[in-house]
Amino acid sequence: MNKYTIKAFGVTKDILGGKEVPFEMTGKTVGELRAELNGRYPKLVGLKSLYIAVNNNYADETKELSVTDEIALIPPVSGG
Amino acid sequence: MIKITEKAIDVQKVIDTATSLGAGAVNVFVGTVRNNANGKNVVWLEYEAYETMAVAEIKKIIDEASHRWPLLGWAVSHRIGTLKPGEVSVVVAVSSPHRKESFEACQYIIDTLKEKAPIWKKEVFEDGEEWISARPIPMTVSN
Repeated sequence: MNKYTIKAFGVTKDILGGKEVPFEMTGKTVGELRAELNGRYPKLVGLKSLYIAVNNNYADETKELSVTDEIALIPPVSGG
Repeated sequence: MIKITEKAIDVQKVIDTATSLGAGAVNVFVGTVRNNANGKNVVWLEYEAYETMAVAEIKKIIDEASHRWPLLGWAVSHRIGTLKPGEVSVVVAVSSPHRKESFEACQYIIDTLKEKAPIWKKEVFEDGEEWISARPIPMTVSN
């Protein structure tokens, strides 16, 4: 099992129940993380969009994760 | 200067930071909190940012703007925390030799910031609250 830490913002903070949530899974990529998250937190599927950022950059689904990465959930942004 | 702050934004300070002696134009966008959304009264807004990434994304936007237009100076300040209607939420200021490019660059920066910077707002109404754009289908209220 790989032990990641997920930062959650905006509505995802409410869905995951915290600003920083420990997350264990066997998967190693952003795509696998997304699938696991959707399974454990079905409300995420209903969002208009959900990007995953790794080390302060928007990441694509094939990006490999390291347990030391800073991983964050980016629901639809609404700054300005 | 890129700043994410919980304190009230000093608009003049943002303008001064962007100003350059070689510039013939300083263009400023000031975003303010509206007192209504979808026909309901907004009591206050809660802004939240993923600060390190927001600064990094805004820097990318500024770099792209500097590549497209001859900017001589720039500054962006975004407020987070609790904001009441009428308060300033964001200020973008750019300076350039002539006005046309200052308008274009300023609009590009605020438009792209709204699309890409990881910043969120929650509208708090008299009878509930809602993160903006979070729902799959935007809420509509018929009058």
